[in-house]
Amino acid sequence: MVRGGHEVLHDVTLTVAKGSVTGLLGPSGCGKTTLMRSIVGVQIVAGGAVTVLGETAGSAALRRRVGYVTQAPSVYGDLTVVENLRYFARVVGVGPERVAAVVDTVGLGGREDQITGSLSGGQRARVSLASALLHEPELLVLDEPTVGLDPVLRADLWKTFHGLAERGATLLVSSHVMDEAAECDELLLMRDGALLDQCSPAALRERTGEQDLGQAFLRAIEQAEGSG
Amino acid sequence: MSPRVTLATGQRVLLQIRHDPRTIVLLIVVPCALLVLLRYVFDGREAVFQQIGAPLCGLFPFIVMFLITSITMLRERTTGTLERLMTMPLAKLDLLAGYALAFGLLAIAQAVAVCVVGFALLGLDAPHGAVLVGALAVANALLGMALGLFVSAFAQTEFQAVQFMPAFILPQLLLCGLFVARDDMAPLLDAVSWALPLTYAYDALARATDPAGLDGALVGDVLAVAGFALAALALGALTLRRRTA
Repeated sequence: MVRGGHEVLHDVTLTVAKGSVTGLLGPSGCGKTTLMRSIVGVQIVAGGAVTVLGETAGSAALRRRVGYVTQAPSVYGDLTVVENLRYFARVVGVGPERVAAVVDTVGLGGREDQITGSLSGGQRARVSLASALLHEPELLVLDEPTVGLDPVLRADLWKTFHGLAERGATLLVSSHVMDEAAECDELLLMRDGALLDQCSPAALRERTGEQDLGQAFLRAIEQAEGSG
Repeated sequence: MSPRVTLATGQRVLLQIRHDPRTIVLLIVVPCALLVLLRYVFDGREAVFQQIGAPLCGLFPFIVMFLITSITMLRERTTGTLERLMTMPLAKLDLLAGYALAFGLLAIAQAVAVCVVGFALLGLDAPHGAVLVGALAVANALLGMALGLFVSAFAQTEFQAVQFMPAFILPQLLLCGLFVARDDMAPLLDAVSWALPLTYAYDALARATDPAGLDGALVGDVLAVAGFALAALALGALTLRRRTA
């Protein structure tokens, strides 16, 4: 996989369990976004196959089943919150009742008629997230959804993610903050465009003998480099 | 392609502009004010004002829609909303047709204002009816939109997009015959002008504001404008990529 003239991902093979929250963790620039873009099908893939929910990534049928939230909020800053959501609702073909539902889910009640560009960064990010929830996607790919959010909001969002997973959705959430790893059912550890490990937080702690997941990740890198 | 998504997109673009009342005022007032300015620049030389001002009524929407569309589409690319839309069940044609719908309506408003000022207040002459000039203005606006959409793919920043106005539009304005008859230009420029869309847009307007009578050449001009617009839209659609590097 080549992005920006560099080979970003090499030999990445992964499967994510249905109805779970999987964390994609790794340092900045390790290829998390490129991997996520390949899964939602907006990345030109140089080689290999990406199959999502049994179909080729990015195929027309998948566009109704997959939701993608980019790192930078991708909403119209000059529209109000509901105007943004109403437009995306019409594009994905769901009724206006879903707009009220997703506003509630991301906790933006009372902000509906505010111009999106005048919201705080965290609120804007939640409008972006809400837009991806409208069609209740089976697979939700979230690129660093909690960056720059306060701890209370972060906890709320993680509760939301688990709620979505309980209702059957599969979530792939990237982060470069290791303390968020504890929130995930399963972890994908990435470094320099390669998948280092796939395991649960408990298994990572056990294998590395570190309670702190940040330390555990560093230990996992050492172990991988030691064996390779 | 679905009418629901096309309509939703058109409404969304209009809604964005409605949140920006200053832009709406500028869109309507600036061309009218320029026309008034022109009238007094050519004070007492009614023939010259008629020769330049009357066709200009139908060219303003072309220039303005080119600029607005290229900036709007560039924003759509840089803010990530285009990428979001490309992961959604939206056909590229929905997006293009939605834009055409919104900017077409805007062009109608602008054309009506300019034509009222030019033909009713400033005494310009529309021997075949101001409605014909207005209709040509809207067609030209759609041509401007299509070209703006296409060139926006080549701009990475809004600074660059704005520079495309003097780079793409000004040469066409100079060569289209508005200021100097194309026969009087250097032969090479006359030859080049045949390949430029604005030449046909101007030619149609010159015929529509010339009392000498209309003939089939106007239809040919309109077909050429439509052809250029469709070609630019098709090229523009090619620049809307679902997958990017």
